[in-house]
Amino acid sequence: MSEVIILVDSVAGKVSKATAELATFGKKVGSVTAVICSSDSAALLPQLSTMAIDKVITCTGVDFEKHSTGATAAALAEVVNSIKPSAVLIASTARGKEIAGRLAVRCESGIITDAIDLDADLITTQSVFGGSTTVHSSVTHGTPIITIRGNSIEAIVGSSTPTHEDFPVSYDGADKAVVSSLAPAVKGGRPELTEASIIVSGGKGTDGNFAPVESLADALGAAVGASRAATDAGWYPHSFQVGQTGKTVSPQLYIAAGISGAIQHRAGMQTSKTIVAVNKDADAPIFDVADFGVIGDLFAVLPQVTEAVTAKKG
Amino acid sequence: MKIAVCIKQVPDSWAQKTMGSDGRLDRASVDAVLNDLDEYAIESALKLVEANSPTGEAGEGSGHSITVISMGPERATEALRKALSMGVDDAILISDEALAGSDALATSKVLATAITAGGFDLVICGTESTDARMSVVPAMLAERLSFAQLTFAASISLEGSTVKISRQTEFGVEEMSAQLPAVVSVVEKINEPRYPSFKGIMASKKKPLVIKSLAEVDIAAADVGSSAAWSCVKDSLPRPPRGAGIKVTDNGDGGSQLAAFLAERKLI
Ligand SMILES: Cc1cc2nc3c(=O)[nH]c(=O)nc-3n(C[C@H](O)[C@H](O)[C@H](O)COP(=O)(O)OP(=O)(O)OC[C@H]3O[C@@H](n4cnc5c(N)ncnc54)[C@H](O)[C@@H]3O)c2cc1C
Ligand SMILES: Nc1ncnc2c1ncn2[C@@H]1O[C@H](COP(=O)(O)O)[C@@H](O)[C@H]1O
Repeated sequence: MSEVIILVDSVAGKVSKATAELATFGKKVGSVTAVICSSDSAALLPQLSTMAIDKVITCTGVDFEKHSTGATAAALAEVVNSIKPSAVLIASTARGKEIAGRLAVRCESGIITDAIDLDADLITTQSVFGGSTTVHSSVTHGTPIITIRGNSIEAIVGSSTPTHEDFPVSYDGADKAVVSSLAPAVKGGRPELTEASIIVSGGKGTDGNFAPVESLADALGAAVGASRAATDAGWYPHSFQVGQTGKTVSPQLYIAAGISGAIQHRAGMQTSKTIVAVNKDADAPIFDVADFGVIGDLFAVLPQVTEAVTAKKG
Repeated sequence: MKIAVCIKQVPDSWAQKTMGSDGRLDRASVDAVLNDLDEYAIESALKLVEANSPTGEAGEGSGHSITVISMGPERATEALRKALSMGVDDAILISDEALAGSDALATSKVLATAITAGGFDLVICGTESTDARMSVVPAMLAERLSFAQLTFAASISLEGSTVKISRQTEFGVEEMSAQLPAVVSVVEKINEPRYPSFKGIMASKKKPLVIKSLAEVDIAAADVGSSAAWSCVKDSLPRPPRGAGIKVTDNGDGGSQLAAFLAERKLI
């Protein structure tokens, strides 16, 4: 049976939801081997037992966090050369794509990024040009290296007892850059932007007051996002920016409040399943992609929605 | 120091993009512009040289040089001219019929070959080309060249032969450093790209811009282009445009109507 490698994606000792999704896609193709390249491996291992994973390989001997993507790609290449999987699946994050790119060079293999679906024959689906075109592709040379966008599949949850082995790797200096200091991201109580199934985003129209956006987000159990105008103004941290140069998100529901819908913002949210816009300006381009739009003042509209949601939850 | 800035000409981001029958982006029908994310890379190179130049200016007398490199059709000279008018010293375009349809692997191979031939010690890229949106070329260059990789820089500085950057990642705010040679990619927060001045535009006309064929950079045509691409598009379909959504004007119950819509879609 064919074996698929997935790279375990984690932040600060916590395995991301994307990892469970990668495992679910991997199962469509064959057995799933999860590879851990992280100095937190001991903390990560038990978290994998709720996912569709058959085997876990922990790469040891390298301080991965310190050396960033070159070292991870080098380690992964060693694993690929040793077990010759039928594909490697990696989360489509900035980091994941870099690892995939370097791995493709190392393993002389074709690469596909930002897939939103994958079938048993390793044919991928991508949504390109701002969601206006759907493309099916496949890798024709080497070991297919595919990065998959978060939230593209409902992850299988259950319990598994994967076998586990250590895989010593040697650091070959492929990544000479070192991280000299890290100020860890402050984790709030809300879901991670890229993992959230609902996102409420605020823009310039909030005028710096994100309270109605946050209240609605909390009522919905949603993550909060922001446009670049809002992050540039310092109203919200840059890490919450949605768009071409921020995060690419694809939640079940995306609510844009006081956001005009510039092409760069749309590039990061256009594949959301349902899009809602609240904007004072009836001609705002965000309405072109919205399933439901309210022409109105967000300071009046959002609190009313929050109230309705809270009432419904009873 | 010899700096190379990799820039790409792309279809205007506002243009309606479509796929040609060959499974490739139809580029002929849309306006082409310098990838706006690469303007930040050009500006970063200029700023870095200015900060490390005895005259405070880039160009001759600064002790450093900045070369813009692009791979693309001949039309991409327009993008290179823009960079020259912003103040970089010279430009190289690698252009060849055989390059059409190249994937990121081939692109990075061609760029890496040109970078090695030019003896550059610092390569600066944008984070993404707005057409392909793969965001992998800088990492692939670092891998191919065995240069240090410092990507997604929100600030960059140079101390002797040490490059330092800071960046925001999933992990938090990271400070990174490496010895030259290095590949750096920069995010759009890093600076505000300058507009070419009239003087800059005039001066750019006399600056060297060479166009090289594949043979001139010593790459076999069989290694690049669509026939050598390691992934292939099977089909592409325009997605039906989102059906015109519902749009209501708030007359006091806009929020309630929105809540009703969400309930109907079982989103709340
Ligand atoms: C290289 C580059 C990269 C970029 N990357 C990104 C990116 O990743 N993400 C991103 O978002 N942008 C990005 N941008 C910026 C983008 O072009 C827009 O400038 C930005 O998205 C605008 O943000 P906004 O919609 O919040 O502000 P505006 O365009 O100013 O829109 C504000 C909207 O709020 C409405 N409004 C005002 N008051 C109210 C109210 N009380 N109630 C309801 N509505 C109200 C207005 O009608 C208006 O439509 C990028 C730009 C460049 C050049
Ligand atoms: N054909 C090209 N010529 C020169 N530079 C390129 C080319 N393609 C990509 N780049 C560089 O690589 C960066 C990332 O591009 P990409 O990986 O295609 O998203 C761009 O911002 C450019 O700096």
